[in-house]
Amino acid sequence: MTDASIDTHDGEPSRRDFIHIATGAFAAVGAGLVAWPFIVQMNPAADTLALASTEVDLSLVDEGSEITIIWRGRPVFVRHRTGEEIAEAEAVDISTLRDPQTDDERLVPGPDGEYRRQYLIMLATCTHLGCVPLGDGAGDYGGWFCPCHGSHYDTSGRIRRGPAPLNLIVPEYTYLDDSRVRIG
Amino acid sequence: MSGPSTYEPKTGFTRWLDQRLPIVRLGYDSFVDFPTPKNLNYWWTFGGILMVCLVTQIVTGVVLAMHYVPHVDYAFASVQRIERDVPFGWLVQNIHSNGASMFFLAVYIHMFRGLYYGSYKPPREVLWILGCVILILMMATAFLGYVLPWGQMSFWGATVITNLFAAFDGGTGIITNWLWGGFSVGNATLNRFYSLHYLLPFILAGVIILHVWALHVVGNNNPTGVSVKSRADTVPFHPYYTVKDSFAIVLFFILFAIFVFFMPNALGHADNFIPANPLSTPAEIVPEWYLLPFYAILRAIPNKLLGVIAMFGSLLILFILPWLDTSRVRSMRYRPIARWFFVFFVICCLLLGWCGARNPDHLVFQTGVDAEGHATGFTFLMLARINTAYYFGYFLIILPLLGLIETPKARPASIDASVLGGRKVSSSGAAVQPAE
Ligand code: HEM
Ligand code: FES
Repeated sequence: MTDASIDTHDGEPSRRDFIHIATGAFAAVGAGLVAWPFIVQMNPAADTLALASTEVDLSLVDEGSEITIIWRGRPVFVRHRTGEEIAEAEAVDISTLRDPQTDDERLVPGPDGEYRRQYLIMLATCTHLGCVPLGDGAGDYGGWFCPCHGSHYDTSGRIRRGPAPLNLIVPEYTYLDDSRVRIG
Repeated sequence: MSGPSTYEPKTGFTRWLDQRLPIVRLGYDSFVDFPTPKNLNYWWTFGGILMVCLVTQIVTGVVLAMHYVPHVDYAFASVQRIERDVPFGWLVQNIHSNGASMFFLAVYIHMFRGLYYGSYKPPREVLWILGCVILILMMATAFLGYVLPWGQMSFWGATVITNLFAAFDGGTGIITNWLWGGFSVGNATLNRFYSLHYLLPFILAGVIILHVWALHVVGNNNPTGVSVKSRADTVPFHPYYTVKDSFAIVLFFILFAIFVFFMPNALGHADNFIPANPLSTPAEIVPEWYLLPFYAILRAIPNKLLGVIAMFGSLLILFILPWLDTSRVRSMRYRPIARWFFVFFVICCLLLGWCGARNPDHLVFQTGVDAEGHATGFTFLMLARINTAYYFGYFLIILPLLGLIETPKARPASIDASVLGGRKVSSSGAAVQPAE
């Protein structure tokens, strides 16, 4: 465009400016709409989502031991805690924690509204970079220890030392009856 | 540098073609008659070596893709089958897996060359930045490829690296689930990684074309850093550098062949011969050697988000290097102080690599014993922190300040003069020409 004055009326936006902007905006929205399916296709597919819940019978886990089950392709810890472990978890002053949570906040009440404090259910993925921590009282806090970069978790699965930013994640779950739980 | 073309078509057909698609002219001007400084040393042969590496990876990769099965149940076995049952599969697989290491060896030497001789300074900023893009694409490609054999290191490497991005979504899993196509690294992840591992090398090839194009606009730097001033400073690319590059490529391939034929797994990790198991993490996760320095930077910082930022920052800082270095003297041959800091920088990168391979809590050396009888001393974490500080300090403090306070040595009047031992220009700061 050699002569800009053709397009403007004394510096005021002209009809042509309006058409340019409107067309450009329309094309941008169109490009976004086309891009959207190509971005969203990478999300978990319907069949993956359909596998999203699993059931576990807690009575099969002996006191002082833990099992690892698979939920949505990732491991989940189910631990039957000893009285000592529970006491230790409850004694912690939560204001000293990196991710402050009481022990009860990490549990789900049963059908009768009572906590079954002996059963602790958490994702077995370190909140740092996703390794599976070692269990059965590993680490300096008697809970779990992630060997990848040295995160220590206590008997409630709360982060106490090391690079992990958050407590081990408690998945959504509900008690179906006294001892059976559905995760997801 | 790219002066008027001197190509003259000799036959009727080439004359006809030249007026329609001057592709022979392009090749002639780029690789035959291209005027090249006559003092390039062997550090300049790595560009050619890198070209050959890319072609090697693409050719062997396309062959592997004929036999590889991208499915969590078959991937591991299909790679074992390539190594054991497919005719010459062992050869192609070993070339491809060791080729990645050779590629990085060459690219790191190529980059240190650029750092030492100031090849990132005007007018080569865009050339340098394209190089940085190439490095990042190479890292992405190699990471994706390393996941494909679906061994324990593949799986857990993929888990750790994809979880880096969770630093940016506040633990909601939005980004990681999108990357995985599921709730953890799984079959959907393997499939998309395979697709992208196939794609990226071709994007890489495209960026390399831009890199070479930018090179041919501004011309080669050279060991003196002094700009080309006349025809006397240059020789035609062919035969002088075609032969020199070919010789270097042959030497490089001897090294390559030693790895492929005599120690094909020396650079790999034993845990990757165990099929991926989502329920058990190997005792120690280490990336391939060429990513170790960056892994050390990640772990040097106790906070997840800051660690991730530092790791990406260590790559991104290279992009702005042309504007961080304030010295107008390109070559460190004539920068008596800077060259020492450069030597320390190379050592720093090697030490970071060492830290990346070791457990951060283990000791480099012991100084004493604590109350409980455990050895105490200087840990790899401390070493990694010191070197991370130096890595960033080199770019953010040393190079910006040094350019202002250092007195450079006398530079030759021209490349020709340096080769023939001619007169020198004065060393006073005022005489420094723009970017020599
Ligand atoms: C920039 C170039 C490339 C690099 C740096 C690279 C790197 C890698 C690496 C490190 C591995 C893992 C090998 C192992 O640990 O055993 C791998 C595997 C693989 N790559 Fe590539 N690659 C490149 C180009 C390509 C291309 C162009 C293709 C296909 C056309 C390809 C196809 C494959 C296949 C099928 C595998 C799995 C089989 C195996 O692990 O040996 N690669 N690549
Ligand atoms: S993944 Fe657990 S500490 Fe890094």
